[in-house]
Amino acid sequence: MVAVTETIEAVQSVAEGGYKWGFETDIEMEFAPKGLNEDIVRFISAKKNEPAWLLEWRLKAFAHWKTMVEPEWPAVNYPKIDYQDAYYYAAPKYKVAPKSLDEVDPELLRTYAKLGIPLREQAILAGVEGAGDSPAEGRMPIAVDAVFDSVSVSTSYKERLAKDGIIFCPISEAVQEHPELVRQYLGSVVPPGDNYFAALNSAVFTDGSFVYIPKGVKCPMELSTYFRINAKSTGQFERTLIIADAGSKVSYLEGCTAPMRDENQLHAAVVELVLMDDATIKYSTVQNWYPGDAEGRGGIYNFVTKRAACRGARSKVSWTQVETGSAITWKYPSCILLGDDSVGEFYSVAITNNRQQADTGTKMWHIGARTKSTIVSKGISAGRGQNTYRGLVKISPKAVGARNFTQCDSLLIGDECGAHTVPYIENRCMTAKVEHEATTSRIAEDQLFYCRQRGLTQEEAVGLIVNGFCREVLKELPMEFAVEAQKLLAISLEGSVG
Amino acid sequence: MNAINNAAGFLARADTLSTPVWAASTRAAGRAALATYGLPTRRAEAFKYTDLAPVTQAAFGAEGQALALPALPAMRGHARLVFVDGVLRGDLSNLPPRPLSDAAGLLGSLAHATQPLAAMNAALFEDGLFLDVPAGEDAGLIELVSVVTGAMGPIAFHPRHVLRLGQGARLTLLDTSDGVAGLGYLHNPVFEISLGEGAEMAHVRIQREGRAAFHLSSVHTAIAARATYDNFTLNAGGRLARNEIHASLDGPHAMCHMNGAQLVGDGQHADTTTDLHHAAPDCGSRQTYKTVLAGRSRGVFQGKILVSRAAQRTDGYQMNQALLLSETSEMDSKPQLEIYADDVKCSHGATVGALDAAQLFYLRSRGIPQEQARSMLVEAFLTEAVDGVGDDACRTALSEAVAGWWVGERSTAPLAGRA
Repeated sequence: MVAVTETIEAVQSVAEGGYKWGFETDIEMEFAPKGLNEDIVRFISAKKNEPAWLLEWRLKAFAHWKTMVEPEWPAVNYPKIDYQDAYYYAAPKYKVAPKSLDEVDPELLRTYAKLGIPLREQAILAGVEGAGDSPAEGRMPIAVDAVFDSVSVSTSYKERLAKDGIIFCPISEAVQEHPELVRQYLGSVVPPGDNYFAALNSAVFTDGSFVYIPKGVKCPMELSTYFRINAKSTGQFERTLIIADAGSKVSYLEGCTAPMRDENQLHAAVVELVLMDDATIKYSTVQNWYPGDAEGRGGIYNFVTKRAACRGARSKVSWTQVETGSAITWKYPSCILLGDDSVGEFYSVAITNNRQQADTGTKMWHIGARTKSTIVSKGISAGRGQNTYRGLVKISPKAVGARNFTQCDSLLIGDECGAHTVPYIENRCMTAKVEHEATTSRIAEDQLFYCRQRGLTQEEAVGLIVNGFCREVLKELPMEFAVEAQKLLAISLEGSVG
Repeated sequence: MNAINNAAGFLARADTLSTPVWAASTRAAGRAALATYGLPTRRAEAFKYTDLAPVTQAAFGAEGQALALPALPAMRGHARLVFVDGVLRGDLSNLPPRPLSDAAGLLGSLAHATQPLAAMNAALFEDGLFLDVPAGEDAGLIELVSVVTGAMGPIAFHPRHVLRLGQGARLTLLDTSDGVAGLGYLHNPVFEISLGEGAEMAHVRIQREGRAAFHLSSVHTAIAARATYDNFTLNAGGRLARNEIHASLDGPHAMCHMNGAQLVGDGQHADTTTDLHHAAPDCGSRQTYKTVLAGRSRGVFQGKILVSRAAQRTDGYQMNQALLLSETSEMDSKPQLEIYADDVKCSHGATVGALDAAQLFYLRSRGIPQEQARSMLVEAFLTEAVDGVGDDACRTALSEAVAGWWVGERSTAPLAGRA
C-alpha cells in the first residue's frame, strides 16, 4: 500500500487538475532485463513458449527494425527515445489462471475497482469459473479481455462465445491453440517492416487480443479489452488481430487508462483487422493514458499502427476513436478497401490540452470498385496543445465509382495552442468522387454567453459546447463508451478556460 | 555530400556568369544552396507530387540573342516590356524600366535561397526588371511579355523581376509566358513583390509555354497593412509546369486573393503550390483553384495557410476543385492548414471528380448531344474561375487563352465519353 499512498501524493503534488486514474498497483513483476537485443526477443518468445516460426518471424522483424530510422515527419516533438533504457517484458506473477476470487491478487481487484471498468463482477474479470454466465437484464453483455501490463490476466465469457465458435483470447494463447490462424493472418495487414514502430512491435510484442468470428456469425456481445500500462518503464507492445470471416459481424471496444508516471513511456501497438465477404467490424477506442503534467512531463508516447484490410466484397470496417490522453499520439487507423463495394469509416475526436501533441488521422485506400469511405475528424486544442489531422485518400484507377467524403473540424481554446490539417488526396480514377472540407474556429462568444446566462459555469458551458462539436463522432460509439467519453472530454479540458 | 549533384549542369553554367556587386550576396546564397542540396527530389515533401528529374536530366544550351522574332501576343494596354529568350528587348518595349541594379535593397529580400526554385534563379539570373510605382500613383495596366525564339535550341533562362509599390500605389500586371512547340527549354522566373501600405496590385499570369517546355515559376509577395494583392494564374502550357506563390500578410487589414485555373492536357504535368502566411491580425485571404485534366495527365494542387499567433481575427478560405475528363488522368491535392491563433475563421475544401452525371442528364434530356453537353459543362466550370478577374482587358486575355486551350484539346483528343 505504500506505493499507492506515495503515488497518490505524487499525483496531488504534480498534477494541477489531477489525473483521475493516476495510481500504481503494487504487484510483483517478473522482468526481463532492460534493453533491446536479440536475446530479449528470444527471451520473450521462450517465455511465451512460442513455436519456432514465430521466433523466426520476430527475429526477422528485429533485424529489419535495426536498419530503419525513427520517423520525423509527424508534427510532434519529443526527446530522443533510448530504446535500450526500457523493459520489454513484464508480467504479473501468475503461474496458473485463478480458479476463485481468493486466488486473485487483491491489489489487482482494487485496481479494477478504481478504474471503474464496467465489469459487473470482479469474479468475471478474474476468470473465476461459473461467474457471469447470465448477463444482467436490459444490458448488452460485454466480454472483457483485460490486459494488465503485458499479459492478459483473464478472459471472460469465453464459454459463451465458444458456443458460436467465436475465438476471443489473448494472442499468446491463440499462438498455442490456433497456430494455423495466427500464422496465416499475423502480419498480413501490417507487415513486420511496415514502419519503424510496427517493426519494433513485431519483434517484441508481448500480448494482445485475438478474435476470430466464424462464417455467418454475429457476435452476440461487444468484445472489450482494457489496456493498462502498469509497471515502471515497461513499454507496451500490444498486438491485436481480429478476423471476421464471411458474413460475420463484431463490435470491439478498446479503452485505456494508465497510472501516474515521471518517465515517458512508449506504447507501440499494432492492430490488424481482416474482413472477408460481407463481414463487418466496428472498432471503438477510448484512449485516456496519462498525458503528462501541465508541463508535459511524464506522459505516454502512443505510437500505434492500426489497419484494416477489407478483402471481401461488401465488407465494412468502422474505426471510432476518442483520444484524450497521452503526451503524444501518433496514430492513423487505416482501411484498405480491396473488396468491391467495401466501406471504410473513420470517426475521431482528439483532444490536446497543456503540452499534449496529437498527430492523427486515417488512410483510405480505394482499390475495389464502388468502394466508399467517410472520414469525420474533430480536433480540439487547448492550453499549449498541438493537434494535427493527417490523412490520405487514395483512389486507384480500378476503383470505378468510388466515393469519399471527408470532414475535419478543429476547435481552438486559448491562444497558445495549434490546430493543423494536412490532408492528401490522390485520385487516379475519373469516375470516383472525392470531397474534402475542413474548418477551424473557436468557441463562439454568443454560445458561451447563452449558456452562462442560463446558469452554467464557464467550464460546464465549454464542456457542453465541446460535446456538441463532437456529437457526430460520439454517437458512433457504443452506449457504454459514449457516456464515458463525454465525461472524459470534460475532464480533459479542465483548467483550459478561465 | 552527394556523389553527384543533380544540379551539376546548372552549377557549371552559374560558374560562367559574371556577377555585379549589387547582386553578389543573392547570387552567392543561391549558388551555395544549389551546390549543397541540388534540386529537390520527390523525397522532399514540397515536391512529393512533382518530379523535377526531367529538368535535372535535360541539357540546356548557352543563351544568346536570336535574330528571328516570334509573333508577340496582342497588345492589351499601353505599356509593355518584352523579354525574348529571357533577355529584355528595349526595342520591343515601350516603357523604360529601371535597371535591376536599382532594386539592390529589395533583391533577394523576399525570395530566399531556402526555396529551391528561388535558389536556382538566384544562382543563374541574368536579366529581369525593376518596376517601382511611387506612393499614390496608379501605373495602370503594364504587360510583361516573355517569348521564346527557339533559334538557339533548348535553353534555360531565369529572369528575376522585382516590383515595389509605394504607399497607396496601384498596378495591374499582365504577365504572359508564350513559347514554341516541340522545344524543351526551361523558363524559371522569380518575382519579388513588395506592397506598401494601402497599395493594390492585380497580377494576372498566363502561362502558355510550348508543350515540351519546363516552366518553374515562383512569386514572393510581402503585403503591408491595408494593401491588397490579387493573383490569378492560368497554368496551361509546358510539359512540366509548377507555379509557386508565396505571400505574407504583414500588416493589419491586408488582403490576399489567389485564384487560378490549370488546364492539363495529354502528356502534361501541372502543379500549383501556394504558401500563404497570415502574420498580422485582421487579414483576409481567398483562394480558388480549378483544374481540368484530359488525356494522360497529372494535376497537383498544394495549398498551405499558416496563421501565426499574432494573426488574430484571420479570415481564410481556400477551395480547389478538379475535373477529371479521362481515365488516365490523375489529380493530387494537398490543402493544408497550420493554425496557431485561436480567434480565426479558416476553412478549406477540395473536390475531385468527373462531370456531374445529373447535370449531363439535364442537358441531354433537353436535346443537347452528349459531346456538346460535356463541352458546355467544362466551359462553365472554367468560366466560373475566370469571371472573378476584375480587369476587363486581363479577363478577355484569359478567356481567349482558356478557349484556345479547350478548342485545341477537343480537336486533338476527343473526350472518351462516359456519362
